[in-house]
Amino acid sequence: MSVPQYRKAAAVALVAGLGLSLTACSTKSDDKDSTAGGKVTITVDCQPVGAQKELLKNWNDDVAEFQKQNPDIIIKSVSVGEQCNNPPDFTARLAGGTVTDVFYGYMTDLQQVLDSGQAMDISQYTNKDTIPTWDSVDPALKGVFTDGGKLYAVPVKNYSMGLVYNKVLFQQAGLDANNPPKTWADVRAAAKKISALGNGIAGYSEYSAGNTGGWHFTSLLYSQGGQVLTADGKKADFNNAMGKQVLQNIKDMRYGDNSMGARQLLQWGDLLTNAGAGKVGMFIGAPDATQAIVSQFQGKFQDWAMSPLPGQDGAAKGTLGGGEGYFFKKDLTPEQVKAGLKWIAYQKLTPGKGQFDYVRAKPQNYPVGLPQPLLFANGSEAQKQELELRKANANVDTANFALFEATPVTIKGEPRNAQAVYAVLDAAMSGVLTNPNSNIDALLKTAEEKVNQLLAAES
Amino acid sequence: MAITTVPETPRKPGRPPSPYSARPQRTSLGRKVRDNLTGHAFLIGAVLCFVVFSWYPMVRGIVMSFQRTRRGETTWVGWDNYSRIIADPSFWPAWQNTFYFTVLALVLGYAVPFFVAILLNEFRHAKGYLRILVYLPVMLPPASALFLFKFYAYDPSEAGLFNAILKALHLPTSQWMQSPEMTMPAMVIASTWMNMGGAVLIYLASLQNIPGELYEAAELDGAGIWRRIRHVTIPQTRLILALLAMLQIVATMQLFIEPLILANGAGAEDSATSVAYLIYQHGFFQNDLNGAAALGVIMLVVLAGFSAVYVRLTAKQD
Repeated sequence: MSVPQYRKAAAVALVAGLGLSLTACSTKSDDKDSTAGGKVTITVDCQPVGAQKELLKNWNDDVAEFQKQNPDIIIKSVSVGEQCNNPPDFTARLAGGTVTDVFYGYMTDLQQVLDSGQAMDISQYTNKDTIPTWDSVDPALKGVFTDGGKLYAVPVKNYSMGLVYNKVLFQQAGLDANNPPKTWADVRAAAKKISALGNGIAGYSEYSAGNTGGWHFTSLLYSQGGQVLTADGKKADFNNAMGKQVLQNIKDMRYGDNSMGARQLLQWGDLLTNAGAGKVGMFIGAPDATQAIVSQFQGKFQDWAMSPLPGQDGAAKGTLGGGEGYFFKKDLTPEQVKAGLKWIAYQKLTPGKGQFDYVRAKPQNYPVGLPQPLLFANGSEAQKQELELRKANANVDTANFALFEATPVTIKGEPRNAQAVYAVLDAAMSGVLTNPNSNIDALLKTAEEKVNQLLAAES
Repeated sequence: MAITTVPETPRKPGRPPSPYSARPQRTSLGRKVRDNLTGHAFLIGAVLCFVVFSWYPMVRGIVMSFQRTRRGETTWVGWDNYSRIIADPSFWPAWQNTFYFTVLALVLGYAVPFFVAILLNEFRHAKGYLRILVYLPVMLPPASALFLFKFYAYDPSEAGLFNAILKALHLPTSQWMQSPEMTMPAMVIASTWMNMGGAVLIYLASLQNIPGELYEAAELDGAGIWRRIRHVTIPQTRLILALLAMLQIVATMQLFIEPLILANGAGAEDSATSVAYLIYQHGFFQNDLNGAAALGVIMLVVLAGFSAVYVRLTAKQD
């Protein structure tokens, strides 16, 4: 090949290569119409990442078994890393139009998904044919994903908050682990004793960054009987005596009792890392917080127990509930929607299968026996089956969660535009946790103004 | 890799000259491209990258700043996003925080590398090793460096590195990132340590261009070190100092990774919220990509102002 020819060939190859690499950058699914040969293909996200070997194997086994039972459906699993538990990643994929055909979202994400125009109304497809346990699914959870009478997602997980506490630290501090705190005065007294153990142990720990501060403020406000927004969702409703009490409790513990440890501005993983290291006596959280402590932060199940959320003077008047579901991307064919629903039904909503395959989970040391997820309505057939399976295969001490289960607290859903509201309320929480001279009235007033403004902008 | 595009073989009579010949003549675009196919192929790659990853997002962002998307419907709303974002209670505090950081970074992050460069320039031995030592932090990924500060240096307990040093010196300890007052100074210290190496090398190169005779003359006139710096070093490096000041302003006003890592975002009582972080918060936490785009455009205009000064200074130097 002569030099000029060589140059031309190199140039053509370079341009072609660039074109190909740019094309490869596109992550949009081209499977929408892939119903050729009578097979329907759907892409689904939240496949466990490679490092989660057993979970990934379970997922792949489920896909294989599902496809065996439904030879006309092909499931293409996509692992999107942090997208499944990280709001910024989720927003980016949603805005970029790169969500999968069936995509995961928090219960708080409904408005955002609707605004993006990415979600499909699946009301007409959700029934016993596509999801055999559909009639057993808690109607309240369906309601969370319903807007204007239209259903946009299938709930697959839910939680409510309680008091998570370290039994070992309770014992070391001379506290009765079977009689955990019931009021904030009890929590305060117990936290003082636990932090007196020294060694950097926080008696009680709390979030104040990455939206988690606002999330916990909301739960604590619910425990007082308050609400974050007015009933119509148009105004902030936390700048009142109950909101002040929530912040005052925390400030008193942080600077009055010095029982909340030195390091603040914690977000989700920070607190659980400390908890896993045995440096946290109590915090508020959902039952799956203990699962995260064990699976991600090297803690032990037997160390942790849960009780209902404490109230100000007696039992809590409410607790925060939330969860997750799967949305369906707009413009899917009816066959794809039905295939997606069948897959969700199999993997997430069938006792004995997928996330409820307790026989498989037990020897793998994934927790069986935690009080949640509670997807099925009280007394429903699916609930009975799931509870029986859970009881028969429990590998965590269910007694540790007995108080939490035996004392149900009224569950309230997350406020409208929850993530944005939580982001604003982080400042109020960080204020009382980092500034001994913080002015609670001023913190709440500023937060109120900000929330009202963002709600006005949304309307 | 060296790319030679100038033809070295003699041209046949009648063939149009290369665009690189001494007397350029008019040639068709097609001919120009054909004559320099390899060069243009490389050019296409660069231009495509700029179009796809820089220019298109910028133009798209500007368009989005005048639109609102609700329920999948995009409408033109004029300046609404701008008025809304300016009315955001976090807007002015974020600019205040950002300017505060920029000023502190000019005082500390700008001056320290200059004086370190002067010191290094004065050393007669182990110059190379010292330069490597100063440049080492630049090679550390910013996230790793900031995590080091977050978990070790700025630990608010007495076990923290800085607090241990302060305690050993019988000075009061600090809450560092957990104190609204200390948030910005602490971020500037970390940022200066991380980025100093590059600036030091530029200053060093500039200092070494100063003729030694000037210092000798100054010494003969009885000038001490401070007078030599004031009357020789600073005037001789004036343009580099001005250029780096502009670059420092433009870079520090885009403050983002420091609040994100050191302060977990907004920091104590929003004391770490910078304009860039506010853009991120609007876009990714408040479901307000249009507001984020508007704020991004405002920031673009402000930075373009500083960049214009930078371009003028560069032209002057040329």
